[in-house]
Parts: sequence; structure tokens; C-alpha cells
Amino acid sequence: MVCLQSPSELEKIRQDILSRRDPNKPCITICSGTGCCAYGSEKVFRSFEEAIKNQGLEGQIDLRRTGCHGFCERGTLVVIYPDETCYIQVQPEDVPEVISSVEEGKAIERLLYVDPVTGERITCESEIPFYKHQNRMIFGNNRRIDPKNIEDYLALGGYSALAKALYEMSPERVLEEVKQSKLRGRGGGGFPTGRKWETVRNTPNRPKYIIVNCDEGDPGAYMDRSIMEGNPHSVLEGLVIGAYAIGSHEGFIYIRNEYPLAVENVRIAIKQAEDYGFLGEDILSSGFNFTVEINRGGGAFVCGESTALMASLEGEVGEPRAKYIHTAESGLWEKPTNLNNVETFANVPLIIDKGASWYNQVGTEGSKGTKIFSLVGKVNNTGLVEVPMGTTLRAIIYDIGGGIRDGKSFKAVQTGGPSGGVIPESQLDLPIDFDELTKVGSMMGSGGMIVMDEDTCMIDIAKYFTTFLEEESCGKCVPCREGLKHMRQILANISEGRGQEGDIEMLEYLSSVMRDGALCALGQTAPNPVLSTIRYFRDEYEAHTKEKRCAAKVCKDLISFYIEPDECKACMICLRNCPVDAISGGKGLIHVIDQEKCTKCGTCFDVCPTRFSAVAKLSGEPVPPPPLSREVTREKGSEQ
Amino acid sequence: MDERVEAILEKYHRNRRFLVSVLQDIQGEYYYLPKEILMQTSEALDVPLSQIYGVATFFKAFSLEPRGRHLVNVCVGTACHVRGAVRVLESIERETGIKPGETDSDLKFSLEAVNCLGCCALGPVMVVDGEYHGKLSPAKAAEVLKGSE
Repeated sequence: MVCLQSPSELEKIRQDILSRRDPNKPCITICSGTGCCAYGSEKVFRSFEEAIKNQGLEGQIDLRRTGCHGFCERGTLVVIYPDETCYIQVQPEDVPEVISSVEEGKAIERLLYVDPVTGERITCESEIPFYKHQNRMIFGNNRRIDPKNIEDYLALGGYSALAKALYEMSPERVLEEVKQSKLRGRGGGGFPTGRKWETVRNTPNRPKYIIVNCDEGDPGAYMDRSIMEGNPHSVLEGLVIGAYAIGSHEGFIYIRNEYPLAVENVRIAIKQAEDYGFLGEDILSSGFNFTVEINRGGGAFVCGESTALMASLEGEVGEPRAKYIHTAESGLWEKPTNLNNVETFANVPLIIDKGASWYNQVGTEGSKGTKIFSLVGKVNNTGLVEVPMGTTLRAIIYDIGGGIRDGKSFKAVQTGGPSGGVIPESQLDLPIDFDELTKVGSMMGSGGMIVMDEDTCMIDIAKYFTTFLEEESCGKCVPCREGLKHMRQILANISEGRGQEGDIEMLEYLSSVMRDGALCALGQTAPNPVLSTIRYFRDEYEAHTKEKRCAAKVCKDLISFYIEPDECKACMICLRNCPVDAISGGKGLIHVIDQEKCTKCGTCFDVCPTRFSAVAKLSGEPVPPPPLSREVTREKGSEQ
Repeated sequence: MDERVEAILEKYHRNRRFLVSVLQDIQGEYYYLPKEILMQTSEALDVPLSQIYGVATFFKAFSLEPRGRHLVNVCVGTACHVRGAVRVLESIERETGIKPGETDSDLKFSLEAVNCLGCCALGPVMVVDGEYHGKLSPAKAAEVLKGSE
């Protein structure tokens, strides 16, 4: 291992790595992101390892674990280079066949992705519609590198932006480039990164600190996790460049404790970067020093807020403070502190490498570059999606996401996590960037995009987020602590059939107080889920309150389960599965649910065979009385 | 003092600013935060016990009660919620007889509802002793737990 002393040495080692690699040699890559790991990708990897060894193919086929590719719906993903042949849902049993196909140079039809529209099998990963419509300039390298191996990152030109910054640019010039790129913070608020850096740089107080915020608490968003796990060096490189620009020599990476693999991979990456001379004393012999430390979060959503995060770094309770003075001037230990999100830092090397004017070509007037979204919920192709700012919701949900699952109809998409709002069908052609999302009452947040279909109740969603925020509110300021509690109670009343005239107005009033009076962004934006659901789905609120009807049939207190006597074949399945023995009947006897005993767990609805579909959910109407005759009438020959 | 605690404190140079990390490591070692160890920590770091208690009760990851042999984390994040996590959780509650935040009396299971495990594509998801189980139905979740000893 050599500690690199100059940009030319970096280039030399890169050439050296490349010269040792044959681009035409087959390389089997296995996605080892958390999603694929959960499908059992590690077993697949081991099977490959074993098979390659047993067949003596070590010199002929390379094997590599990579970070998350994004198409989590179809894991375990295996991509074989140089042809980029993509196999989906690969199991350990498939391994021998994959290896012989690599040797023969033929693709295995059954493991290819089938386009649901054309029925065509697609061999090359980038031709799959899910990937084809994306622009993966930040996230794309994940699938090409082993996150635990710095050589993979170096081979793709890694750390050359850092060398360029340190040797060819002054800190002011780096700062200017980032300002001109118009990069905005990817963590939620969308504050211009260059301006934040400038404030920290211009604050005379020393030392200055720099923090990577990987406390990705926004439920439904996991892009930071995937970058941290899959390409940690890109974040480290952006971090060191940022530190150089603002004049900081000490950095912190704050990671959720729920992300053990991210912690592990960053730890390894830091060690490697130190060994190569990209971190520590006298980086690349430029005279610039910078060290970084990892801190794990304690599982508090509010710690994603900058002041709360800093309090927690100091070993205190993670409560936010009023920001009369910005953290850029007085943050960690009352020193100027710069905090950016993971994805923001991952953009920086690209901007320095290719220049602000190149970067400016992608995106909209007010929001440049791309954004990674986690497209989840009731959509066919769930996963991580990177698109240029300004892409429409429709393009994301339908072209990339493949539309709504199970042939259901689209109802709304929720963006921005608990601070965001729901966006209805009428806004599907909205080009999404920071400003457009705010206009429709939602926000970018960190990029969670939860697709909801007709079976999603908007009151339930509003209640869900309000309950979440009530639990996560630190309790320091009254508007947030009490406001959320009362909002949750009102929403619970509505969903449980105790809604009253005036509830909606009260929710709106509480919202306005919280917006004006809460201490931090958590409380100020907490009304968004409620206000946006009222704005677009007021009729649902009214149906719950006035007719005691939940159209999506979600709110338990407003629904009943009922077995259609004409459809029931007395098959005993629901009866046996009911956890509270609320179903009576028997062989040849139509089953009936005892409404008094029923806990509305929905098991009967789930287990009733789809060819009968005898269990119905009713809402806003009385449950019909049991049939007079319980005998099942069978048509001759209709039953086996 | 227990040498395990000693090692943890040394790792963080007995510096009070690492309080959260120290508590995380203690919990990693004992699976919860035993009172006597918190008292020793208070002395070693020169932080009032009340402050340690404040931090230990503020962050969700900490438990002041002993945990069961199996830690069950059920994701109730938004993506899992819209795919039916509530009913999965209910089924687990029925199976284990405990609610989130609780441990059963024979210390078999501890149940936690967590806000997002970051593998939303597989929702509903739960993690049992570090192992992920995705695309759960209420019945499948109960089945997984039935297999635990």
C-alpha cells in the first residue's frame, strides 16, 4: 500500500489498476444492498464463489459484490459484464446454470426481465424500462463497484475530483464552482449548498466542523442508506472537498443505528482512504489535513434536524434549539458547522470533476442536477430511482415504476416523508423539483415517494403521520407537543366514527399555530400531511364524519366483514383461520361472522380463495342478517 | 467494574461527549442498560446519572429493561404501512402476547415497532435477530416467529 503523494501518483495507480483488469473478462456482480441481502443474496454469492472454485474458473470469471442497484422489487439481482446481462430473482439453485451460460456466452431466458407491456425479454440491464428512463449520474456507480474495495472506486476515476480541487483550485474557487452549480441540499429543505458553505467559510470563529447527515429517519426513504452502503467513497470524497472549501479539518458522519451495513462499509472506506492518503494529515501532500469520525444515531427522528443532531453529537439529549443564530455560525460546540445530507455530498465530486456549467445542463431553472427517489408503496417496480429534476410524477410512477400494482387505480403519491404531503391524480403531470412540490402543498424532503392506490384511506394516512410525529416530537416546544397530540386525537375520532362538525376547521386552526409557533422544522412542517389530505380529499373527511363511511375500507371502526351467502362454498378455510372464532358454520353450512366477536383483523378476507371471493368489506351500510337457510345450495356438477 | 464496561469507556477515552456511543456499546454488550452499569458510567464520565437517564430514555434504541432472547423489529414505516404493516404487527402481537416496547415474561421475545428499516421495496418487513423477512402477510409473520425457540 502506498500513501499517494500527488495527483500524478493517483493517476498512475488508476492506470495500474486498469492494466490489471481485462474489460472483456466476464465479471459476475451480485447486488448486496440491504434489499437483496434480505432476499438472500449472500447465499447466492457464496454459491457462485464455491462453483467458480470447484470448476477451477478463478482466473476466467471475476466475482464481485456490489452496492444496491435500485431495482429492489426483483432481487436478488445479478449482472454479468461486459454484456451487462441482467438476471432477476436469482436463487442459489440457478448458479450452475448461470456459470455455464457465461462460459457459453448465452443468456438464460427464464431469468431475464420480461417487459409486462410487450412481453419481450430484456437482456441488457440498462434496457430494462425501470433503468432506461433514469439518469443515474450519482447512483449509477453503485452497481459497478464493490463498496469494500477502494480500487473499484479508483478505477472509475474516484478521488480525481479531490486531487483537482487540492492542486488546481483554491478553496474559494471550489466554493464558487459549487455555488454556480446551484446545488441545493438533498436532505429536505433544499437550501443552496454553496451559500451554506460560504457562510461557514466566512465566519471567523475556529475550528470549523463539517457533518454528513445520514440520519435518514424519513420512513419510506432509503437512498442515503444505499449510497452510504454502496458507494461510501463518493460521499467521503465530497466531504473532503467540502472541508477544503470551508476550511474545516474535522468532520463527522452521523449514521442511523438501524443501518449497520452502512456503518461497516463507511468504516472500511475511511480506513482505506486514510491508507491511500485521501484522509488524515497532508492529504495527497497538498498540505491540507482532515480527519473524520463516525457517530451512530440513537433512533430519534428529530435528530435529522441539524441542531438536534449536533446536540446528540455532543453527548446530550437530541433536542433542537431555536435557530436565531444559524449552525453555520454557531453549531457544534458553538463553532461554525456545516451540515449536508449524504446525497448532497455525493454530488460534489461530479461538480468539481465536470464543472458547474456541465452540471447546470441537467434539471430545472431552480433545481439543478438529479434527485434520487425511493419509489415505494403500491407501485409495480419499487426501488431507488434517479431522475433529472423536472421529471413528471407520471413518468416516474408509470414509465419507471410500471404503474399501480394488481391493476388497481392510482389515488395519490406522498412525498417528503412526515413533513410532506399527498399529491392527487390531478397533479400527476407536475414536473417535480423543490419549488413545484412546495407549491402543491408537499415538499421534496429526502425523496421518499410512496404511491397509494384506491385501497389507501387518506384519513388513515394523515393519522399515521400525525401519530408518527407525535411520538417523535421531542416535547420541548408547546405548539408541536400539544398540537400534534390534539391533531392525532381529532383524526382518531374521525377514523373511529366519532368525527364532528367543525373537526376539519379545528385541524386547520391547529396547523396554522404549529406552522407559526413551533421551534424547529419538525413541528413547523408537521401539519403538511393533514393539510394536504384536507386540501385534496376533503370529501373523504366528510364521508367519515357525516356518513361514517370509509371509502377505502381501511378504518376498522367504520367497516364490517361479511360473508356473501350466495358466494360462500362452506369450505371452512376462513372458519379455521379466524383467530377469535367469530365465524360459525360447518361442512355444507354457509359461514356467518358474529359481528360482536369479530375484531376486524381481515384474516377471513385474506384467506377466502379468490375463486370464491365470498368475504366482503362493508362500510357505511348495515350488515345484512344471516341467511334463513344455512344449507349451501350446490348446482349439479359445479363442485368437485 | 466489569471489564467489558472498562473496555468500552477506554475506547471512548472516558470522554463525556461520546455518551451516546458509550450507551450504544453497553447495550450491544448487555442487550439493555443495567442500572448499576449506568451508575458506574456516570462516575467514570463525570456525568450526572439524571443526565444519562435523560439520554437513555430520549433515544428509542435504548432499553432500561432486560430484553428477550429474540429481538423482533417490525417496520411500520410509510411504505410498509400502506402495504399492511398494521395487520402484520397485530398478528405478531397475537402470536407473542406482547405489544411494541414490551418483553414477554419468559424473556423469549422483545417486540419493537420501528419507523423504517430502509428496505421499503420488501414491505411489510420485519427483522428477527438481525435477519430480514420481507413481503410478509400476517400469517407468514406469525409463522416465522413460531419457528423461534
